[in-house]
Amino acid sequence: MTDLLYAVEVMINGLMAGVLYALVALGFVLIFKASGIFNYAQGVLALFAALTLVGLQEGQVPFAHLINAALGTDLHHFGWQLPAVVAIVLTVGVMVLLAIAIERLILKHLVNQAPIILFMATIGLAYFLEGFGDIMWGADIKTLDVGLPQGGSAWLEQATAGWGSDEFYGFFIDRLDIVATLVAAVLVISLTLFSQFSKQGRALRAVADDHQAALSVGISLRFIWVLVWSIAGIVALVAGIMWGAKSGVQFSLSLIALKALPVLMLGGFTSIPGAIVGGLIIGVGEKLFEFTVGPMIGGATENWFAYVLALVFLVFRPQGLFGERIIERV
Amino acid sequence: MFYREAGDFKTSYRDDSQTFPIGFDRYRYYAVLVLAFAVVPFVIDDYWASAIFVPFLIYAIAAIGLNILVGYCGQLSLGTGGFMAVGAYACYKLMTAFPDLNIVVCILGGGLVTAAVGVLFGLPSLRIKGFYLAVATLAAQFFLVWLFNKVPWFYNYSASGQISAPARSVFGLPVTGPGVEAWAQYMICLVFAVVLAWAARNLTRGTVGRSWMAIRDMDIAAEIIGVNPLKAKLTAFAVSSFYIGIAGALFFAVYLGAVEVGEAFGIQKSFLILFMIIIGGLGSIFGSFAGAAFLVLLPVLLKNVLVGTLGWPTDLTAHVQLMIVGALIIGFLIAEPHGLAQLWRIGKEKLRLWPFPH
Repeated sequence: MTDLLYAVEVMINGLMAGVLYALVALGFVLIFKASGIFNYAQGVLALFAALTLVGLQEGQVPFAHLINAALGTDLHHFGWQLPAVVAIVLTVGVMVLLAIAIERLILKHLVNQAPIILFMATIGLAYFLEGFGDIMWGADIKTLDVGLPQGGSAWLEQATAGWGSDEFYGFFIDRLDIVATLVAAVLVISLTLFSQFSKQGRALRAVADDHQAALSVGISLRFIWVLVWSIAGIVALVAGIMWGAKSGVQFSLSLIALKALPVLMLGGFTSIPGAIVGGLIIGVGEKLFEFTVGPMIGGATENWFAYVLALVFLVFRPQGLFGERIIERV
Repeated sequence: MFYREAGDFKTSYRDDSQTFPIGFDRYRYYAVLVLAFAVVPFVIDDYWASAIFVPFLIYAIAAIGLNILVGYCGQLSLGTGGFMAVGAYACYKLMTAFPDLNIVVCILGGGLVTAAVGVLFGLPSLRIKGFYLAVATLAAQFFLVWLFNKVPWFYNYSASGQISAPARSVFGLPVTGPGVEAWAQYMICLVFAVVLAWAARNLTRGTVGRSWMAIRDMDIAAEIIGVNPLKAKLTAFAVSSFYIGIAGALFFAVYLGAVEVGEAFGIQKSFLILFMIIIGGLGSIFGSFAGAAFLVLLPVLLKNVLVGTLGWPTDLTAHVQLMIVGALIIGFLIAEPHGLAQLWRIGKEKLRLWPFPH
C-alpha cells in the first residue's frame, strides 16, 4: 500500500515535470505552425531570457566581462535592484527586439529554403545566442528570484501523512510546480483564445495553413514572423523563469530544449494540446520508469528514456498523437 | 592560363571518367599527397601533431562519414558522438580481449561494430523522415553514452570509469600508449584518412552513391524508378557509421589515449561534426576535409590571437568562439549553402578562364 502511494507521488511529480517540458514544447509548436521552422534554439532562448531577467533585476552591466578585458576597466554592477515586475516587462521588450533581429538578419534571407537548412540555421542561432548570453551577462550560475513560492507544500504533506499505514509521510509536492501548472494552463488558454478570436491570431493561422494564399489576401508574412517569434520568446521567458527558479540559471537550461523534442514527437509538431499531453506522458513516463526499472539497470535513465520512448512510438505512428496526417506526393 | 583542358586529350574511357579529369588538378592532388606523406612527417613536432594535424585527419574521417549520410543520402543525424563512442569502446574491448591482435585490425573491427549499431539505429529511417529522424538519432546519442557510462563491462570495471589505450605498435613502431612519436600518430591517421577518402569518393560516384543521391533528392520518386529505399538507406547508415566508428577508434586510441565517454563523445561532438560538413559543403568529400580543417584551425587561431596577443581570459574567448561559429553557420547557410567546397568550385571555374573574361 505504501509502495503504491509512493508510486502515486512519483506520478504526480512526473506530471508537474511534464508541465514544464510542455512549456518549452509550446514555443516549438508555435513557431513550427506559423513558419514551418523547427526551432532548435527554443531552449537557448529560454536560457537567454532567464539570464536577461536576472541581469536586469540585479543591475548587471551588460558585456562587463568583454569591456573589462578590452579596456582594462573594472565594471560589474550599476548598483541598483529592479523590482521583478519591471525586470520582466523589460525582458519581454528584449525578447521582442531579438525576434525583430532574427527576422531581419536570418529568416528574411532564408525564405524558400529547404526545411532542413532552416533547422540547421536555428542550430547556428542557438550557438550564437549561447555565446552572446554568456558574454552579455557572464557564465556563472545565477539564482533567479521573482517571488515565486518555493519548497514543499506543508499543508498537503500533513493532510496526507499516515495514509495507508503509519510509514507513509505524506505527499511531497513542490509549490513551485503547482504555480507552474497554473501558469501553463493560463498560457495555453490565452494562446488558444488569441489564435481563435483576434485578428492577428487568425492571420497567424492563415499563414500556418498556406504561405502563398495568406500573402495573396494581404497578410504581411514578415510581421507574422516577428509576432510569432516574439510570442515564442515570451513563452521561453515563462519557461526560463520556472526552470530557473527550480534549478538556477545555468547552461543546462538549454538542454531542456532537447527534452522538448521527444515531447513534440509524441504530441505531433502541429498541435498545441499535443504538446501538453506529450509533455505529461514523457514527464510521468520517465519518472515512473526511473522509479520502477531504474534501480535494476543502474539509474539515470531519465537521460534517454524520453528519446527511446519517442523513437519506438514514431515507428508505429509517424505523425505523433495529434499531428496532421502526413500525405506525400511526387 | 594554368588551369585548362586544352591539349589534354583523353584516349580511353578510363581516362575520361577519372576523378580529376583536368591535368592541373591531378598534379596538384599528387603534390598534396607527396607533401603529406614525404614532407610533413619529417618536420612535424608534438604541438603541430596534437593541436592540428591529428585532430584534423580524425575529424575529416568522421566528417566524410557524416557527409555520406547527410550530404549524399539526405538523412539528418545528430548521433555522431554516440557512434564515435561505439567505435572507441569496440576498439578498446578488442585491444584488451585479444592483446596479440594488430591495432589496425582493432580499429577496423571498431568500425564494423559501429556499422552494425548504425544499421540498428537506422532502421527507423525507413518509417520516419527529416526532423523526426534527427530526433530519433538523438535517442542513439543519449542512450549509447548512458550505456557506456553505466555498464562496467564496457570499461573493464576500471575504478575511474575511463578507458585507456594499451601500448600497441604497427611494424614494430609504437602508435598507441604513452610516449608515442608525433609522426607515428600522424602517419597512421593519414593512411586511414587517405584510404577512406579514396574509397568514399569512388563509392559515391558508383551505383550505391547514385542510389543514395536519388533518395536524397526525392525518396518517393526514387522508389518509383526502382531504387530500393531499404537497401539505399541502410547501406548509407552502415557505411557512414563505419567511417564514424573508425574516427572514434582513432580519436580514442591514437589521439587522446584515455577517454571519458560523456566528455569526449557528448552531444557537442555531434554538432561539431555536423558544423564541419555544413561549413565545408554538404555532399562533397573535399568539403569534409575543408570543414574539418576550418573548425580545427579556428579555435587555435582565436586562442593565439585573443588569449596570446590581446591577453583576454580563456572563458571569454570560448564564448566569442561560440558566437563566431554560430554566426558562420548562419552566414554560410544564407550566402553559400554548399559551403567551402562550392567556393572552391567557383574559384576553379574562374581560373579556367583567367586571364580572359569569357
